[in-house]
Amino acid sequence: MPRYLAGRLAQALAVLWAAYTVVFVILHVLPSDPITLQLSAGGADISQLTPTQLHILKDRYGLDDPILTQYFHGLWNALHLDFGMSLTQNVTVGSLITDKVGSTLELTLVALPLMVIGGIGLAYLASYVQWRPARTLLARLPAVGVSLPQFFVGLLLIQAFSFSLHWFPATGEDGWRSLVLPAVTMSLLGAAMLAQLLIRSFADTWREPHIATARAKGLSRGTVQLRHVLRNASLPALTLLGILLGYTVTNAVVVESVFSRDGLGQLAQRAVLGQDVPLVQAIVLIAAAGFVVVNLLVDLLYTLLDPRVAAAARAG
Amino acid sequence: MTGPNATGPNATGPNATGPNATGPDNDVSASAVRPPGETLVELAGLSVGYRQHGRLVPAVDDLSLVVAAGETVAVVGESGSGKTTAANAILGLLPSNGVVTAGRITLAGNDVTGASDRVLRQLRGPFVGLVPQDPMVGLNPTMRIGAQVGEAVRRRGVDRRLVPAEVREALERAGVDQPAMRARQYPNELSGGLRQRVLIAIALAGHPRLIVADEPTSALDVTVQRRILDHLASLVRESGTALLIITHDLGVAADRADRVVVMRRGRIVEQGGPREILLHPREDYTRHLISVAPALSHAGGVVPRHTTTATPVSAPLLRLDGVGKDFRLPRGGESRTFTALDDVSLTVHAGQTLGLVGESGSGKTTALRIAMGLEPPTRGRVWLDGTDITGASWSTLRPLRRRFQLVHQNPYSSLDPHFTVGQSIAEPLVSFRVGDRASRAARVRELLDQVALPVSYADRRPAELSGGQRQRVAIARALALSPELVFLDEPVSALDVSVQDQILTLLARLQDELGVGYLFVSHDLAVVAALAHQVAVLRNGRIVESGPAATVLTAPAQAHTRELLDAVPGQRFAADLAGATVRPPGETAPGPDAAGSGAAVGPSLKSESGAAVGLKG
Repeated sequence: MPRYLAGRLAQALAVLWAAYTVVFVILHVLPSDPITLQLSAGGADISQLTPTQLHILKDRYGLDDPILTQYFHGLWNALHLDFGMSLTQNVTVGSLITDKVGSTLELTLVALPLMVIGGIGLAYLASYVQWRPARTLLARLPAVGVSLPQFFVGLLLIQAFSFSLHWFPATGEDGWRSLVLPAVTMSLLGAAMLAQLLIRSFADTWREPHIATARAKGLSRGTVQLRHVLRNASLPALTLLGILLGYTVTNAVVVESVFSRDGLGQLAQRAVLGQDVPLVQAIVLIAAAGFVVVNLLVDLLYTLLDPRVAAAARAG
Repeated sequence: MTGPNATGPNATGPNATGPNATGPDNDVSASAVRPPGETLVELAGLSVGYRQHGRLVPAVDDLSLVVAAGETVAVVGESGSGKTTAANAILGLLPSNGVVTAGRITLAGNDVTGASDRVLRQLRGPFVGLVPQDPMVGLNPTMRIGAQVGEAVRRRGVDRRLVPAEVREALERAGVDQPAMRARQYPNELSGGLRQRVLIAIALAGHPRLIVADEPTSALDVTVQRRILDHLASLVRESGTALLIITHDLGVAADRADRVVVMRRGRIVEQGGPREILLHPREDYTRHLISVAPALSHAGGVVPRHTTTATPVSAPLLRLDGVGKDFRLPRGGESRTFTALDDVSLTVHAGQTLGLVGESGSGKTTALRIAMGLEPPTRGRVWLDGTDITGASWSTLRPLRRRFQLVHQNPYSSLDPHFTVGQSIAEPLVSFRVGDRASRAARVRELLDQVALPVSYADRRPAELSGGQRQRVAIARALALSPELVFLDEPVSALDVSVQDQILTLLARLQDELGVGYLFVSHDLAVVAALAHQVAVLRNGRIVESGPAATVLTAPAQAHTRELLDAVPGQRFAADLAGATVRPPGETAPGPDAAGSGAAVGPSLKSESGAAVGLKG
């Protein structure tokens, strides 16, 4: 097991390094002049600068150095969580992110259980209910959830629950009430995707031969579903859950702008629009790190839930 | 064939339970069939169908069957005969599209036809237990063994604190070693044989009056199969539980059942005691089943097809020379290795068959992979027609691959479901750029003809074919490049006995016609006997015995070979029969290799089986 763990950790670090490298290459090496890009992002026009001024500026941002030096310098700093100065705002990237990350984290932590409970709950019901019309209805529901765009769901919820019913505020970040609508919006797509996969998985598991063994013991449908079907059916959903969580920052971009929340998503959007290279780089790395950590957890969870994977892990 | 139960003329027969179950002579015939004990299960004129695309496809038609307390009944039939459907109907485990269209199911005196799952579930466990078909998939992979057996124990209302002890006892009774340790393990840590024992323990743990065993061992090696069936039979005898065995192998049924019921296409062909059925079968179909059960058709002996004891003089086509293979063991870290093969030397001659026999784990698959160049040996050399191919690279081996081909074990997974039969067969030709479109099509027709499939099958897809037909396609594909050597990896073990016989006959015919050499890997000596000129017996990675089939199979020198021979189903019955009818008083019971004493019964069985030839194909 320690070897398996070490292997997974090494993989995670390799993914992070690759993410940094890809972002660096795209932002620095692709044919667009990084100096112009960064200077104009900083509000300066390159044609009005004297060569001396240009040189001073380049020196300040380290743009004079050879590309490899810049790369390793940046990598070294990134390892120390130092992402440099933002080009558009006169503060460090680190302080900008620590400012905003809390709001997004809060949103995600509320949305995640909603997503898991909603997805599993719907699939569990759809698989358990015997009455055909209800069963069909429940089984079709996730397709609707998957096909609705997130911003549309958000606007719909605002219309219904803030403007008509006045239950929750439409925007802002003020207490738990302001978290409800964004969290529901954020979780809906994931829940629908999870449910879609799980309904299929439940049906497949019910047809497995070992279910016949369980039923032949004389166990009730409820017991069979809870003790024998649920765990086996959830295994394929675990991978999907990891992927869905990886999309947190992407989701936050949409949800935070619909509900005017000032989080990482909004920050990312502004950074891209303002061509704030260090900030974009940092946010991409954070998203990648989140993805990597979540999938590392999923891999470890697999070894807990599936003894076959655990056996392979011990062997590998 | 006409109605399965010839109802009228033969009043002497005990089998008239079919369509006329309510007829005037019902009392007579029923009393002949009905055994003395209390009736546990009674199926009366049962018909079951499956709803498919709005149509009702019949699976069981007018089935009448009685199982009494303490007796062992075997239902024998090929796949599609409706035997599993009948078993599921008794357990109340028909799939949701299964419908009882006529007749009655009575369990323990209660009519449960069309009863709800809630009612049926009360009977499962305490009244009827199931030993399912495939032990590899019959257990919940994410639950410990002890918990799975414990569910069946707790079902009886046993006090929670006593459950672990009862679980250990159930496991022990089912022949599981170290029950306390096994109870903590997961199914993936157990071998197939052990898993089947756990499934038996689960069925026993409910203390049922009846156990339904649905092809309980057909996924296992013959030796394991025999041990487990014997164990199950003895448990059932001790506890007075009734046993309903569902099987495609008449040999398995004959060895253990008090009563044999032969089914075909959802109907009962005939039923009676094993002696009546096997010695005086009334139906052609029963005779056919007898003729294909290896041991039954030869009165207890495994009789090799090729009787020459001479060693072939021609240069060998394939030669393994002192081959060994070590695998690094995952746990332990250091240089601990597992020797899968040790000093294995084999030769396959042109136009001849080498049968490589062994239980699972004996190293036969590793030997096959090394012979095909898929895996490098740790020691020794591999020669193909005088060329040393040991550790040859993919590109050096590639041109040689035309000369040797493989037929896989499982025809259900070895054909691409999206390819038509014609595309599958032509694929090797395309891959080696042989011929053009027209000549390939002609070759496909020729090959289909050789494996006795209609030419029109070229446009069908595997899903439309039966297992036997698929295996014919796989054979045609292997022959497409006219190889000199074909590797046969358990080519019939996934098939019904009757289909096995057809495929083996086909392989023998192709060898005669095309002069192709076979390396035939199998765990079943009876199957190997049908094809092999030479036999090598593998055990724990070493060859324990080898030589001409005629010698090894009739006069085995090693205990392990004898054990494998003894495991062939149907022998005990045939041997009993031979002992009872022929053996002069005072002579000891004939062993399986006592061909002399068996031969006297042979003709009666054999001549009848000969009449069934028309049914094959």
